[in-house]
Amino acid sequence: MFAGLTDRSWLWLAAECYFAGLFLGTFFLLRGRRAGRGINTVIAAGYVLQVIGLYVRGRAVGGCPLGNTFEILQFTAWSAITLYFFVGVTFRLSLLGYFTSTLAAALTLVSLAIPAWDANRRDHIFGGNSWIELHAALALFSYGVFALLALTSCMFLLRNYSLKTKHPGGAFTFLPSIIDLDTISVRLLVAGVSIMTVSLAVGAAYWVRDTSTVNLTKLYITIAVWAAYVVMLALRTRGVLIAKRFSWAGVLLFAAALLSLWPVDASRHSSELNSPTRVVPR
Amino acid sequence: MSAGNLFVLGATHHTAPLAVRERLSLDAAATELLRDELSRIAGLKEFTVLSTCNRVEFYGVGESAAVASEVQRAFCARQGVAPHEFEQFRLSLAGPHALQHLLEVTAGLDSQMLGETEIFGQVKEAYGAAQARGHTGAVLNRVFQKAFQAAKHVRTNTAITEGQVSVANVAVELAVNIFGSLAQARILLLGAGEIGEKTARAFQSRGAATLSVTSRRLESAMELANSLGAFALPFWLTPVKLTDFDIVVCATAAPDTVVSLAAVQAAMRKRPARPLFFIDLALPRDVDPGVADLENVFLYNLDDLAKIADDNRAAREAEIGKCRELLNVRTQALWRQIEPRLQGGAGESAMGAQTESA
Repeated sequence: MFAGLTDRSWLWLAAECYFAGLFLGTFFLLRGRRAGRGINTVIAAGYVLQVIGLYVRGRAVGGCPLGNTFEILQFTAWSAITLYFFVGVTFRLSLLGYFTSTLAAALTLVSLAIPAWDANRRDHIFGGNSWIELHAALALFSYGVFALLALTSCMFLLRNYSLKTKHPGGAFTFLPSIIDLDTISVRLLVAGVSIMTVSLAVGAAYWVRDTSTVNLTKLYITIAVWAAYVVMLALRTRGVLIAKRFSWAGVLLFAAALLSLWPVDASRHSSELNSPTRVVPR
Repeated sequence: MSAGNLFVLGATHHTAPLAVRERLSLDAAATELLRDELSRIAGLKEFTVLSTCNRVEFYGVGESAAVASEVQRAFCARQGVAPHEFEQFRLSLAGPHALQHLLEVTAGLDSQMLGETEIFGQVKEAYGAAQARGHTGAVLNRVFQKAFQAAKHVRTNTAITEGQVSVANVAVELAVNIFGSLAQARILLLGAGEIGEKTARAFQSRGAATLSVTSRRLESAMELANSLGAFALPFWLTPVKLTDFDIVVCATAAPDTVVSLAAVQAAMRKRPARPLFFIDLALPRDVDPGVADLENVFLYNLDDLAKIADDNRAAREAEIGKCRELLNVRTQALWRQIEPRLQGGAGESAMGAQTESA
């Protein structure tokens, strides 16, 4: 509890702010105007509320809140918003705030709307080891980077579509240029792959000491996701995967990475039938 | 005093054909001489001369309605035009109608290219010149300041300035959609004709730094390159050099395709991640239409650009009613403010001293 509200209450408020960002952005787009500072204000408000919610949850569970699907989705949304503040301010990509708030609203609202995802959580998942905790946090943070990459890829596809079909007007007017979107997408890919590589390296350094702790489904899927992004980066560097194909890869890979969380989570539950789980403290 | 004290007199592209406007147009020297003459008209308390390629207008505050006739007489005499001839093409409005007209002119509603913003600067310049010479006073100062505010309000709250309405500017806008800043974009102009030159100049005005010109006649290319401050390139090198450019403006009179699909494919193999934008302004077309299907290649021909310009123009026209409504509200409010000043003779301070000294 913080200021009389449970962690979920804070996270609900945050989700509502993100949804307000989506609503505001859509409203202005339909009126042919930019949302401007208004959308950044509600995103910032949502971010602060989400930080409080995650902090309360973290205090209650005694570590980084990454113990179930609900917490993972919340953390991914938080990572994407964190990155948006850096990317949005640095590159001033118009409409990125709108797209980011849409993604954050979707992730947080869906995670909150399905209570089963937050009914139980694994206890002591990091075994009290801060390095493993760092590994998990970095891995999830890289998902946030890939989420933003998926958004810039969507924006690229829309901009490319508008230019190829010769309809550059209307809402397309507010999209950033092809070059700006491509540049930021490549940088996000490099950043995401780098963070995930560090995360895997940290995890591997500890797991090799005791391979019995490794959940093989999770290991295979994580490596598959990492390898897919590495291949994407390699193909982009060689000029094979470019423009539309590159953007589709960014969108589809993130969708696949997000969907992979379910089998990973399911495998954890099945492998942990005999291990301690507990009802989430609020 | 009557509402006729605030007036606008002149001729615009709405009232006079180009041939007449040519005769009525004022260059800088003539404007200066006319200002001197107008400043000597008894009863003309304040005035501003607005002279652009599409309009010559005199905004004035007079002691009586007859003052406008004096302004007309002075103008016609200077331009060597008979007053009865001028009256056929004359724009003459008074009171709130003159006010509404100024607001519409400043907001670009009265411009030939609807919603263009250049006129805002021209009105500002005209007002600045009048103010510097002491030709404006309490009425015109307020009227012009409010006109600038109203124009900004209309621009912000309507879509009257959105989308480019000329082919050259549409091409530039599309390039911005692809490349963002044009400072790093390398541009090749194929053909040394007028439309190509116009487009090249539009690119330069938006900050394009590197421009090269090529033509089947190298001398023509060199001549245009010199006038544009660009580089000239031998025509036969075009397919080979395509890799080095981001934007290719094609405007040759060649009867056949000048840029082939194979040449573009070869160029893109060397620069797959960098977009290539073709603006084909030629008839018959210079660029093989098949290049539009290539990844990262964008091709727009004259019809495509004209259609976008037409769509933008239609969108601006759809905003006229909304703009007029906004301006009308401001006109009414402003008129309520200045009417008592006109009746109280507030304009006399501006020109009084000059009239006496003259």
